Amino acid sequence: MRHWLLRRTLQAALTLAVAVVLLFLLTHLLPGDPLAREGAGRPLTSVQREALQARYGLDRPLLEQLGTFVGGLARGDLGVSIEYGRPVVGLLAERLPATALLGGTVLVLNFTVGLWLGVRQAVRKGSAEDRWLTTLSLAGYATPSFWLGLVLAGIVGVRWHLLPPAGMRDPLIAGGTLAAAADVLRHLVLPALTLSLVSIAGTMRYQRNAMLETLRLPYIVTARAKGLSERQVIWRHGWRNALFPVLTLFGLWLPILVSGSVFVETVFAWPGLGSLAAAAVNGRDYPLLMGASVLVATIVIVASLLSDVAYAFLDPRVRLS
Amino acid sequence: MTRVLDVRDLRISFPVSGGRLHPVDGVSFSLDRGETLALVGESGCGKSLTSLALLRLVPEPGRIDAGSVIQLGDTDVLALRGEALRRIRGKRIGMIFQDPMTSLNPVFTVGDQIAEGVLAHLPVSKAEAWERARGLLDEVGISDSAARLRAYPHQLSGGMRQRVMIAIALSAEPEILVADEPTTALDVTVQAQILEVLDDLRRRRGMAVLLITHDLGIVAGRADRVAVMYAGQIVEEARTGDLFARPSHPYTQGLFASVPRITGPVTRLTPIRGTVPPPTAWPSGCRFRPRCPQAFDKSELPPELMTVGEGHRMRCWLAEGDGPIGMASVLPSHPERSEGGIP
Amino acid sequence: MAWRTPRGRAGLVFLGFVAGLALLGPALLPDPFRQFDLLELASTPPSAEHPFGTDQLSRDVLSRVVSGARISLSVAALAVTLSLTLGAAVGLVAGYWGGAVDAALMRLVDGALAVPRLFLLLLVLAVPERVPLIILILIIGTTGWFTTSRLVRAETLRLREESFVRAAEALGASRRRIIFRHLLVNTAGPLLVAATLGVGDVILLEAGLSFLGLGVQPPAPSWGGMIMDARPVLEAAPWVGIFPGIAITLTVLATNLVGDALRDALDPRGA
Repeated sequence: MRHWLLRRTLQAALTLAVAVVLLFLLTHLLPGDPLAREGAGRPLTSVQREALQARYGLDRPLLEQLGTFVGGLARGDLGVSIEYGRPVVGLLAERLPATALLGGTVLVLNFTVGLWLGVRQAVRKGSAEDRWLTTLSLAGYATPSFWLGLVLAGIVGVRWHLLPPAGMRDPLIAGGTLAAAADVLRHLVLPALTLSLVSIAGTMRYQRNAMLETLRLPYIVTARAKGLSERQVIWRHGWRNALFPVLTLFGLWLPILVSGSVFVETVFAWPGLGSLAAAAVNGRDYPLLMGASVLVATIVIVASLLSDVAYAFLDPRVRLS
Repeated sequence: MTRVLDVRDLRISFPVSGGRLHPVDGVSFSLDRGETLALVGESGCGKSLTSLALLRLVPEPGRIDAGSVIQLGDTDVLALRGEALRRIRGKRIGMIFQDPMTSLNPVFTVGDQIAEGVLAHLPVSKAEAWERARGLLDEVGISDSAARLRAYPHQLSGGMRQRVMIAIALSAEPEILVADEPTTALDVTVQAQILEVLDDLRRRRGMAVLLITHDLGIVAGRADRVAVMYAGQIVEEARTGDLFARPSHPYTQGLFASVPRITGPVTRLTPIRGTVPPPTAWPSGCRFRPRCPQAFDKSELPPELMTVGEGHRMRCWLAEGDGPIGMASVLPSHPERSEGGIP
Repeated sequence: MAWRTPRGRAGLVFLGFVAGLALLGPALLPDPFRQFDLLELASTPPSAEHPFGTDQLSRDVLSRVVSGARISLSVAALAVTLSLTLGAAVGLVAGYWGGAVDAALMRLVDGALAVPRLFLLLLVLAVPERVPLIILILIIGTTGWFTTSRLVRAETLRLREESFVRAAEALGASRRRIIFRHLLVNTAGPLLVAATLGVGDVILLEAGLSFLGLGVQPPAPSWGGMIMDARPVLEAAPWVGIFPGIAITLTVLATNLVGDALRDALDPRGA
């Protein structure tokens, strides 16, 4: 078990290293002029260009640039944003909590409502309810998040005035922390709902299929033959085992969530990493985009490492071997 | 003798395109208190489905057809719903399955899995349930039971796991134990131990045992009566001694002829020709007809179970004695098979 | 295969309808670039003349949605074809050669999969000013082969160990040819499913990129770009943005229904 944990961690570190090098090469080998925006519309003079190239280190050999980049990364330095003129790390750190709040909410919704619906579908396999839930979840998955966000913001936020259509805080609301928290919650509803609707299909389907596989196994018959209630058979004996494959899904599912948050945060002006990335795109701010990508890759790799570890601890066959 | 289980005309059907298949087609048998009945047949004959039907555990989309009767003491099993049905499972009938690896839940400890059976039926506290679980492990012959309670299935050997399965089946003190191929997945040396445990429990607890197996070898000396199944029907039923001395149905004879013997003269093994047909390909008339060396013109009609001796019945027209050749000449006797403590 | 379930049928029928529209529609409908009211460039609500209304430049929304179908479907089809080809090639190479080649390729795939595809695309597309459509297709296709390569690699590895492959080899047959033949047969189904679901994903991805201004460049009508353009007038003229969104949703849903039905048909147990 210890051995396995060590190997799995090393593997995660290697994956991260590959991802970082890949991202670096992607931005440095492709055609396109990263300095095109610097002249604010006017072509740069050769003197200006050289100065800027020296400032971003673009005049050095590629390998040296990579070394500089990785060295900076190790010190927690991701360079300076072109658009904001501030260190990328600081910008990311500022935006991370909002994304964590939004992503965490969606995560909780997916892994409670989504799993519960998936189990229900498996238990009622082939029923009208199962078929409708499948179609509805696929429809959610097929809906562009930015469009759904715009529609929800337009109807619920602007037309009905039920919930705030944009932002994270109402600057007019002062008062105690409780009022401020309630305000953030009100702002959270629409983006979280949008992102959940477009991403819940994955968890539901995966849970449904895993549960169907499990319900076919002999120990489910044993549980029934013992005289356990249907609830015990399904949740205690079935779901406990059907959760494992869903846990391993985590690493695959998180990138979908992160991509979705780029659009949803943009539409709802949610001050998180996603809207920051979109802003970086608009400003052709590739150091910032690069930093955001490295951060996202790190989150994805760490999350899938954690889900593997959780799996190992929950499954006695792995834990005790 | 008290009758504890009565099964009459049990028919189980599965929908297929264009109709329904009946992998179990009119099975009747009964079980008395303290008695062991062996249900013998090759895989696919419907014996496992029959056993699952006793607790209404026939897998979807299978159905027990109307007209079937499963009478458990004074309980009509087929009339039960919901909670009432749950209360007979494990409480009146305990079940043991073939593969103790897959039949135990890998994520719960042995103690958990036994205790939850206790808690499902008996008004005891969790601590008492665990204490009972420990006692059950002792009873099925697992040493160091207190430590084993905290073990997970994958940490035990196959034989141990099957003992745990037996403990689970006993957890609510049922009056009937159904053992579906309990030793098939085990090593030969372990098989005998498990059968010994079952026999021992039956004697001490006065339970009735329904032993389901494809292996005639484990029947001798353990079952009081044997029912042989073929293609969804019982084709021969007799006291064990009678069956081994005078197997009457050509299928039963074929089964004996294809089993190697340790005692007696060395003879060639003669396997039954052909293979067991799937329910989609059962012939009309006698279902064994295409494979039967003694089939004759009357085999085109479906035979009923007919008496050939005291408590000895078979589903074959030869029982009428007007076959092409006389009964006495076709039935080899196996006097050497009456060993093994059969009364 | 997908025809067997009602949902699969519905998906196929709708996809056929969209493909038909994409092919024939532009010939039957008004020019998507034509501005109907040059004096007053304002959007009009749906009417008999313009069933989906007109946008703020007074262009026919239905025509633009139909032209958008043409672009979205061709981008998706071409990009997915490229992805599958690349994925199959890499998977075959990794699985067949094994050893260091395999290890290197699979670590590369691991690393690439850790970065969401959208971020890879943002990085590549953010720097150049304008990306021609064909380059866009190439770029989208190049970022979508990672999971396919894993699938093909696993199948190749499995086949390499199969007894009939070893037996054929012992008899002097070319192992490479056997593996290739069986691989094609065995992975055709899963690849078809992956392709169908991939088309849906790419339609969504392309729409998202266009919404961010990085995908199909205006004035070419693309569904995502139309939604971006509609943003400022969403309150006053919702039809400008609603219809392209519905078009995306229904088309992607149809591809997913077909992909699902295919998967169920290939693996009846998961149905």
